[in-house]
Amino acid sequence: MAKFKPNTQVDFVVIGSGIAGGIMAKELSTAGFQVVILEQGDYLHEKDFRYDQLKKTSTSSLLNDDVPTTFRQTDKEKAVHSTAFRYGRCVGGGTVHYSGSSWRHHESDFIERSIYGPVAGTGFADWPLTYAELEPYYTKVEWEIGYSGLGGVSPFESPRSKPYPLPPMPNKSSGVLMERAAQKLGYHAVPVPVAMLSQAYRGRSACIHCGFCSGYGCKVGAKSSSLASVIPIVEKSGRCELRTNSYVREISVDKNGRVTGAVYFDANKKEVFQRAKAVLLCANGLESPRLLLLSKSSLFPNGLANTNGVVGKYFMPGCGASAHGIFEHELNEYKSVTTTRGIEDFYNADPKRGYYGGGRIDARGNNGPITFALGGLPPDTPRWGSDYKKALKENFNRTLTIQAFCTALPQESNNITLDPDVKDAWGLAAMRVTYKDHPDDMKNKAFFRERALELVDAAGAIKKWADPVREEKAMGHTMGTCRMGNDPKTSVVDRFNRAHDIPNLFVVDGSSFVTTARNHPTCTISALAFRAADNIIRMSKNGSIKAPTDS
Amino acid sequence: MKKPISKKQGASRRSFLAGSATGLSSVWLASQWPGILAAQEHAQKVARSGKPGKLGFFSEEQAAEVESVAAQIIPTDETPGAREAGCLYFIDRALTTFDREQQPVYTQGLETLQAKTRELVPNAGKFSGLTAAQQIQVLKAIETTPFFAQIRLHTITGFVANPEYGGNQDKIGWNLIGFESKFHYAAPFGYYDGQSELSAGTRKG
Ligand SMILES: Cc1cc2nc3c(=O)[nH]c(=O)nc-3n(C[C@H](O)[C@H](O)[C@H](O)COP(=O)(O)OP(=O)(O)OC[C@H]3O[C@@H](n4cnc5c(N)ncnc54)[C@H](O)[C@@H]3O)c2cc1C
Repeated sequence: MAKFKPNTQVDFVVIGSGIAGGIMAKELSTAGFQVVILEQGDYLHEKDFRYDQLKKTSTSSLLNDDVPTTFRQTDKEKAVHSTAFRYGRCVGGGTVHYSGSSWRHHESDFIERSIYGPVAGTGFADWPLTYAELEPYYTKVEWEIGYSGLGGVSPFESPRSKPYPLPPMPNKSSGVLMERAAQKLGYHAVPVPVAMLSQAYRGRSACIHCGFCSGYGCKVGAKSSSLASVIPIVEKSGRCELRTNSYVREISVDKNGRVTGAVYFDANKKEVFQRAKAVLLCANGLESPRLLLLSKSSLFPNGLANTNGVVGKYFMPGCGASAHGIFEHELNEYKSVTTTRGIEDFYNADPKRGYYGGGRIDARGNNGPITFALGGLPPDTPRWGSDYKKALKENFNRTLTIQAFCTALPQESNNITLDPDVKDAWGLAAMRVTYKDHPDDMKNKAFFRERALELVDAAGAIKKWADPVREEKAMGHTMGTCRMGNDPKTSVVDRFNRAHDIPNLFVVDGSSFVTTARNHPTCTISALAFRAADNIIRMSKNGSIKAPTDS
Repeated sequence: MKKPISKKQGASRRSFLAGSATGLSSVWLASQWPGILAAQEHAQKVARSGKPGKLGFFSEEQAAEVESVAAQIIPTDETPGAREAGCLYFIDRALTTFDREQQPVYTQGLETLQAKTRELVPNAGKFSGLTAAQQIQVLKAIETTPFFAQIRLHTITGFVANPEYGGNQDKIGWNLIGFESKFHYAAPFGYYDGQSELSAGTRKG
């Protein structure tokens, strides 16, 4: 691995080693540029990951649980501590522990405002780029990161230029039940594309179906995380240094409004300034806006790239609705990947429903013994005693979940701000999340709750129930907050993820999403990263990335 | 679309071979997996075998009470329950490690339990000395207390958490629910799998 001195002006500093940062660093270092990645978390390896649900749920080292974050629903409330805003705080970021469902957006996702018109009380807008422009990069993601799936079977899928590199994962019982239900109801069950290797690929191992995907690091590197896919290439490039335990507290700016590098705390909490010609901020939909807001200067008193005050606004989480059913025979859903079949028959919004909203639905099982034993049984089951034990024994392996992933509208009042009262262990203002669902989001969840129940029923459940429709107070899919657009007055970055305010600052991750599509943002985050990197390489060659003048 | 898929499969076979030639790659790891897991399991067993359960937080007397409550939450019937699984040891360990802040909940909760026992069963001694029916009656009366919520959470968690935390001894909890704990499986995984219309890698129509 390359090594650089902090006072050497490298070509790029990349903040964050998640899939966005990993792809940017890989593309740029292999194209000949000098890159330093600053990652606040540790470097965890395959041997560090454990099959241990208790460790995951109570003493996690993968996640940001120990970092204070506060939550409130509206700006009238005082925000309180919350551990519900999760991301991966380690090399590889959230892709280390994610479930790997990796759907492309549809053509329509980029132009929904044009299709459906405005939605009251929201910043509902088209994206400043089209599916056709992103398509080659989706293909690149699937082939370079390593996806398994089956194109061409969904009647709803947008055109693709190449099939998936690997066949889909073997279908699970939940997937077969989904197929049955879909057939009965006239819907179309299709294989879920996953960032997992169904077969060995490019020197990496195939999935061994251990079942520890969601919330766990993969012990055999079959999950196509940033850690398993691009970080090894970055390290071999000889032009990139990956610095861990390096927590960036500020992106610095000169008097001409160009960024000059990043100030970070090293493992000993000592401040270091790394100089760079340009900065690529890939810290995710929560931390990227926070870091911009923390980076105040006389030129940017409201935070970097925030002249228009849009940084942090239009935060969108993943919305959901779900139903469950018990079946006659064993599903054994604790094995293999999270989900293998989904339906997109209600993907598009339908004005006839009287509100905006759509979703994708998949079939899955329980989330491991502890979660199931504590909360996976039907709500009318006794909570302890011999009948509880009997239900636990009989149903752990016979329970199906139908999970819908629904739209969340972009609202200005939903945002990431700096908490005025709470500080982290480095003395920096904690992240404060303000979020309340739009009335259309609530109606949509109620609609999908019914669809989920209908599917459980059609699959042949002997008992069924649905979770109540809830307001979102926890999220793992973090989108919006540095939205992309052509108009510098209403967006933070342009169509190539370059900050409108600053020519040598790029923000690439879920923060640039304009709308949510139907969740599962990672495939699109990855495609945006490949596209932004391509453009940065082009701009570097023709001199249009303006490095700080005082260099 | 059939052709590109078979071409790709050829490519991945080549990379599989390339990977295994480089030594300790993850490809190697996967092929050795069952052996590695067996070794780990053996190590855990050895680590466990010395124990007739030493307690770090509870007194002997408190332990008997806690164990009796846990044994009503997951009772012993034709299959073993919380008592045999060692949930008491899980709880004791939790209270001296990752859940230290719950200690007062137990200390106070055990006093409430004692008081409720005396209140509901005249001339009763300890909760652990009651009949099963009496114990259930007492627990129903404290079902909504923070103590009961906590001991339920701990008992159930310990029953199905990894055995090295002290509960789920001899995988009693996992065996009961049918969690195989092999950590590597091959399809078909469940009863319905064989009946997929679109099985892996093949295309319909
Ligand atoms: C349980 C769970 C399951 C999920 N399943 C799916 C799924 O099935 N499909 C899907 O599409 N998505 C899923 N997600 C979401 C997915 O994890 C994210 O979309 C994805 O990881 C985002 O990638 P990223 O590169 O944009 O950001 P991240 O992966 O969050 O990477 C950002 C990196 O930046 C680092 N960083 C942040 N701030 C700083 C700083 N100030 N200084 C230095 N470093 C910093 C972080 O430590 C992190 O490593 C899931 C999330 C969770 C929690």
